[in-house]
Amino acid sequence: MHGTTQTENQAPAPPQAKDVVRIEHLRVEFRSRELRQESKVAVKDLSFRVGSGEVFGFLGPNGAGKTTTMNVLLGFVNASSGEAYLFGRNVREPIARQRIGYLPELTYYYKFLNAEELLRFYAGIFNIPRGEVERRLDSVLKLVELEHARKRLIKTYSKGMQQRVGLAQALINNPDLLVLDEPTSGLDPVGRMKVRAIIERLKNEGKTIFFSSHELGEVETVCDRVVILHEGELKEEGSVKGLVDKYQCNLEQVFLKVIGFQPEQL
Amino acid sequence: MKNIRLVAQVVLKESIRRKDFYVLFVLTAVICLVMGSVTFYHDNQIVRYLKEICLLLIWISTLVIAITMAARQIPVERESRTIFPLLAKPISRTQALLGKFFGCWIAIAAALSAFYIFFGLMAMSKEHSWPLANYFQAVWLHWIMLGVVIAMSLLGSLAFSAVSANVTICFVAVTFILMLGRHLENVAMGVGEPVRSLLQVLFYAMPHLEFFDVRDLVIHDWPPLHWLTCAKATAYGFVYGAFFLVAACLLFRRRPL
Repeated sequence: MHGTTQTENQAPAPPQAKDVVRIEHLRVEFRSRELRQESKVAVKDLSFRVGSGEVFGFLGPNGAGKTTTMNVLLGFVNASSGEAYLFGRNVREPIARQRIGYLPELTYYYKFLNAEELLRFYAGIFNIPRGEVERRLDSVLKLVELEHARKRLIKTYSKGMQQRVGLAQALINNPDLLVLDEPTSGLDPVGRMKVRAIIERLKNEGKTIFFSSHELGEVETVCDRVVILHEGELKEEGSVKGLVDKYQCNLEQVFLKVIGFQPEQL
Repeated sequence: MKNIRLVAQVVLKESIRRKDFYVLFVLTAVICLVMGSVTFYHDNQIVRYLKEICLLLIWISTLVIAITMAARQIPVERESRTIFPLLAKPISRTQALLGKFFGCWIAIAAALSAFYIFFGLMAMSKEHSWPLANYFQAVWLHWIMLGVVIAMSLLGSLAFSAVSANVTICFVAVTFILMLGRHLENVAMGVGEPVRSLLQVLFYAMPHLEFFDVRDLVIHDWPPLHWLTCAKATAYGFVYGAFFLVAACLLFRRRPL
């Protein structure tokens, strides 16, 4: 581990648990296209693991490198050095993504398709047998409460409905790992509650959830373990309870302390 | 292969649900029908001018559809962020790009069929003949040519950041090749070095899209091309199409999203 305030309660994934996500000495550097501009290091020597069945919170202020790390995990960005694995397979292999579901932050789906067509398309990519597709379609649309709108074009959906269709596409393959990038971002309180209830349900089903959010109250409720990133580096890692006990404050205050934020700075 | 087919189906659905094709088709049909309803100078051969203008409109319309459709595929996916949930699935970038290519190519085949059926019906109503072999060769070679153009536009969409820049560059390049391509070697002979060598390199390197332009066969009812010539032109088109696609795949694989 490469944090600056490594603690005893960093509570790595239990040794008996299989690693679902494994990141080793990851470094991501973006070269500037502009002349005379230095390249930007988004992630510096990052290492951590996520065990099977864990709900893992991936925290950090804006620009900390969370989305870049997720992008490496999902194969969108190549690491400058280091390796990342999903279920023991290098993330560069497309097959590594067979067992994951991904909900991006504020994403729009093909507006000219309806929910059913969109889900069928993604189910096809996962090679789900035709008979099974119908069952999964009904099940995920029921879970996200979009059965009534399954034939409506996505361009007519509200923001909350779009987020829920996003969750449906992330669940269509009944994934073992869910990667959620700020899943409640931009939603109204009712929308948030619905998404949170779905996450709770998936947690109870034993899914591994890799969860990035700025809603620290939500993280505290849902997550088993968190890492806190700042300026591309891992600053703290541990179980939610362990960190709260160690710093003697709630997770939000832990977060602010770890990133070195002083209220006087305001 | 399945992933390529699935992406191609989505591209097809999008092209059916967008209005570009319908607008251009109606525009072409209206212009041709208005022109066809007027008799100029009581000349029986006037139908050839009508056919020539109608085919020119079809060429322009299909080029507009092909270039704009292909050029927007990847940039729009990036801009609307739909590419992220797509590539988070077990699909490679090469498969996604090939799906885009085949989707565009099949969509343009449907558009071409509609245009040429309209053209054939209009020509038959005036001439009472329908030389099928000529029509087949004209449509086939036109389609192969558009495959090269689509592959080139897809490559351009990865090389240039703005869709408008790519569309403009593709239009200029295609117009240049179609209008001046065949004369480039003669132009090269009339200038000094090093421009001569540069023009000669350009002449041999660029895809000669004018090879696929056999409109005269249809306009003047000339005998069809030898089928071997047709096959050679097809192979030529496949080579250039494959070259642009391989370059696009390599570029797409290297670029961060």
